Amino acid sequence: MRARVYVTLKPSVFDPQGRVVAEALHTLGYGDVRDVRQGKFFEVELEGDDRASAEARVAEMAATLLANPVIESYRVEVL
Amino acid sequence: MTFAVIVFPGSNSDYDAFHAASAVVGAQASLVWHKDTSLGGADAVILPGGFAHGDYLRTGAIAKFSPIMAAVSAFAERGGPVLGICNGFQVLLEAGLLPGAMVRNRGIKFVSKMVPVRVEATDTPFTGACRAGQVLRMPIAHGEGNYFAEPAVIEALERERQVVFRYVDESGQASEAGNPNGSINNIAGICNARRNVVGLMPHPERACEASLGSADGRVVLDSMVQAFAAGVAGGRSLA
Repeated sequence: MRARVYVTLKPSVFDPQGRVVAEALHTLGYGDVRDVRQGKFFEVELEGDDRASAEARVAEMAATLLANPVIESYRVEVL
Repeated sequence: MTFAVIVFPGSNSDYDAFHAASAVVGAQASLVWHKDTSLGGADAVILPGGFAHGDYLRTGAIAKFSPIMAAVSAFAERGGPVLGICNGFQVLLEAGLLPGAMVRNRGIKFVSKMVPVRVEATDTPFTGACRAGQVLRMPIAHGEGNYFAEPAVIEALERERQVVFRYVDESGQASEAGNPNGSINNIAGICNARRNVVGLMPHPERACEASLGSADGRVVLDSMVQAFAAGVAGGRSLA
C-alpha cells in the first residue's frame, strides 16, 4: 500500500525559497505568478491493506517526523 | 567540572567545542557519541555545530531521535545546563527543549561572517560572567538561522526575558541592518523558562582565542565554569 504526504509551510511562515522561485518565474516572463510556496512530498510504501489504519499510521509519522508542527502542516493521501 | 560534547554524524564543531572547553577554558571535556545513552556524569552538555545526519529532512530533525537525546532531555529536566550552538540550537528546537523553529535565511544564502551579538540576559549558566548589554563578536555560519515562532510565543519570550542573545549592528542597536538572517526581533539565542537550556546560532567556541579573530566567545564557557564553582561552593548541584 502506498501513501503520499504533502508538507507545506504554514501560511504565517515566510518562505524565502518560494519567493526566489516566484522571482525566477517572473524573470522568465511568467508575470501572472502571484506567489510560490515550496514544500515537501513523500511517498511511503507500507505493508498491509487496511486503508484506515494506514492513514492513521502515516499521519502519526507525519506529525512525529516528516513535518515540524511549529512551522509546517501536512496532508496525507492513501492510494 | 566536565563538559560533555555530543558528537552526531555530521557534527563539525565538536572538536572546536572540546578544545575551547578543555585547552582554552581549562575545564574537563569529553566527547560523547550520539548512540551512547549516558552523559557519563558530566556537569554540562554542549550540542555542537555542524550538519547532524546531513541536515536531511530538516536541520536537527533526525538528531532529536538519536539515543543520547533521551539522556540530554532527562538532564535538562533535572535542571542540568545544556548549551546548543548553531546546529545544536536547531536540535534543541526540534527536540522541543526550546520553543520555535528555524527556517531558511531571509536572503536564501548561507551566511558565514563575524557578527556583533548583544547579551540580553545574564541570569543563565552561560551568560553569568557577561555584563548586561555586552556586545560579543562571534562568527555565524548557517543557512537556516532565521528564527521563527508564533507571535504569542515571541511575546512570551520577550516578556519572560528568554531572549538571551540578539544580533545588533556596529552601533549596538538591534536594527534591520544588524539582522543577518531575518530572525524575528533579531533573536540570536534564547533560553527555556527554567533558564538552564540555552541555544544560540553564533559560535562562541570559534571565538575563544585572539588568534581566531575574537576571544569574546570565551565568556560563554567561562560563565558555565563560574556557575559550577559557585554551585559547588554553595553546596548546590546544577544537575
